[in-house]
Amino acid sequence: MQKIWVLVERTGQGATSLSLELLTKARSLADVVEAFAWGPDVTSLAEELGRYGASAVYDIGDIEGALPGVPVASAIAAQLADQASTASPDAVLIGTSYDGRDVAGRLSAAIDRPVLTNAIDLAVEDGELRALHAIFGGTQTATSHFTGPGPGIFVVRAKSFPAEEAGAPVTCEVVPASPANTADTGSAKVVARHVEEQSGPKLDEADVVVSGGRGLSQKENYAMIEELAGLLRGAPGASRAIVDAGWVPYSYQIGQTGKTVKPTLYIACGISGATQHMVGMKGAKNIIAINKDREAPIFTIADLGVVGDVQKVLPKLIEALKARNA
Amino acid sequence: MNVTVCVKQIPDPANPASLDPETNTLVRDGKLIMDDSDSYGVEMGLQLVDAAGGGEVTLVSMVPNHEVSGLRTALAMGAAKAVLVSDEALRGSDALSTAKVLCAAVKRTSPDLVIAATESTDGYTGTTPVQLAELLGYPSVTFARKIQLAGAKVVVERQTEAGYDEIECPLPAVVTVTAGVVEPRYPSFKGIMAAKNKPVEEFGVADLGIDPASIGSQGARQEVVSVVPAPERDAGEIVVDEGDAHDQIIAFLETLKVI
Repeated sequence: MQKIWVLVERTGQGATSLSLELLTKARSLADVVEAFAWGPDVTSLAEELGRYGASAVYDIGDIEGALPGVPVASAIAAQLADQASTASPDAVLIGTSYDGRDVAGRLSAAIDRPVLTNAIDLAVEDGELRALHAIFGGTQTATSHFTGPGPGIFVVRAKSFPAEEAGAPVTCEVVPASPANTADTGSAKVVARHVEEQSGPKLDEADVVVSGGRGLSQKENYAMIEELAGLLRGAPGASRAIVDAGWVPYSYQIGQTGKTVKPTLYIACGISGATQHMVGMKGAKNIIAINKDREAPIFTIADLGVVGDVQKVLPKLIEALKARNA
Repeated sequence: MNVTVCVKQIPDPANPASLDPETNTLVRDGKLIMDDSDSYGVEMGLQLVDAAGGGEVTLVSMVPNHEVSGLRTALAMGAAKAVLVSDEALRGSDALSTAKVLCAAVKRTSPDLVIAATESTDGYTGTTPVQLAELLGYPSVTFARKIQLAGAKVVVERQTEAGYDEIECPLPAVVTVTAGVVEPRYPSFKGIMAAKNKPVEEFGVADLGIDPASIGSQGARQEVVSVVPAPERDAGEIVVDEGDAHDQIIAFLETLKVI
């Protein structure tokens, strides 16, 4: 590959870990890696992006409260049009995030190129970039590619690759790249941001994740999941079933439509292991499963499987851990 | 206000999915049902129309095999009518082609608001609604967990990594909803009976002026090259709880040095 573009999203401090994962992979696939970023003072990001191998960052600028999808896709499309004759990229990599998916959809329709989503790996085969996807709950791996003209747009799930700095940092040049006029499509504005405080580590960064499902029987029993997570300095998570039932917010959901987690330890409590769920947690180093049903699919991947009622096992486990801490 | 809701008809997710060995695309033959993820959008549409004090919910759907049973479910919930694009030529369409077809269908409904799920249950590409918004020239808000009308705008609570953002978006617009947005109603017996007589207007690809070369497997510009079994993760020890399983869990936590 000649060149790959990577969409970089930001936290308060720097680039998100997902963005750094994409940069790391991109530089193993292409000679030239360039980034796109937006928000105030993109220049302050350049040094970090250079350490991860980006030789340029296109500065989209402050989008002033607009939802990022439209202006960011517009700026990328404008650069593509500018560079079409010289050095158009082979691929654009975007992370599976709320804003990333918006940018991918907008860019795809704006430049009339299809998009491959839910990639868990990327590889160059037969001189082209291909995406790997976990399908049917991760029991099968599909490899897909684009059959038309590029650049291909790939949307990649978090934690598909490690984030590692390049051996030798490169100088990352800051290039202005304004969006075109997006007055109509870009008119959705953020008027307020609300942070829902969660104590303890973040779900997708926690070393221990304790997750609850339908086997808890009722919403009140989710408190045991939070208590156990607290005792193990971990984060509480959930299956789609209890998120849909309204027991916990969507931000707790692990699985295909939720977060991907790769903790040292995953404890699945009353979760049968629908393929939808397994795809989001199979990468855990160790898995403990507690479920009443001996035939539950979760037991096929558990390192320690307990056939039993979570409503009986969890209170005893919590008591025992408290006794140790006392 | 008039709300158009995108509804996908899919094979029952309770049955195992499979791939066509020739094309490596999902087998979507046989009876199709409404994607459960779309019931939230239908409900939200009905509630917004109520709140506005007038208007109706129109469904838009695309399927190769003329299936309507999933649409009947949404009509039984209370939607007024449906526009179905059905054509064998649609088989094998990728997400962008799907958005182009839906765009042509949505334009016939003159909506104030278009609602879709964040992603479908069977294919979960998750880009079609935003591609549709770009083709329509509408603004969009994804991952809505609450939608309220405010004059010629909607105010949307949108999921974020940290919590949620409050978004103001002028109409017409495309909004995608999560399962948390509303509790969908069950169709009543009266609703089910009424749905049988509600209009479902069906169009072929040619009726909508869509270039057949741009849709279906012919127009798809992506394909699955291969499918192989994923490396299996070995199952470990299984114990049956005799009242002391917590001790075995503690012992395991100790070997992992988690405690």
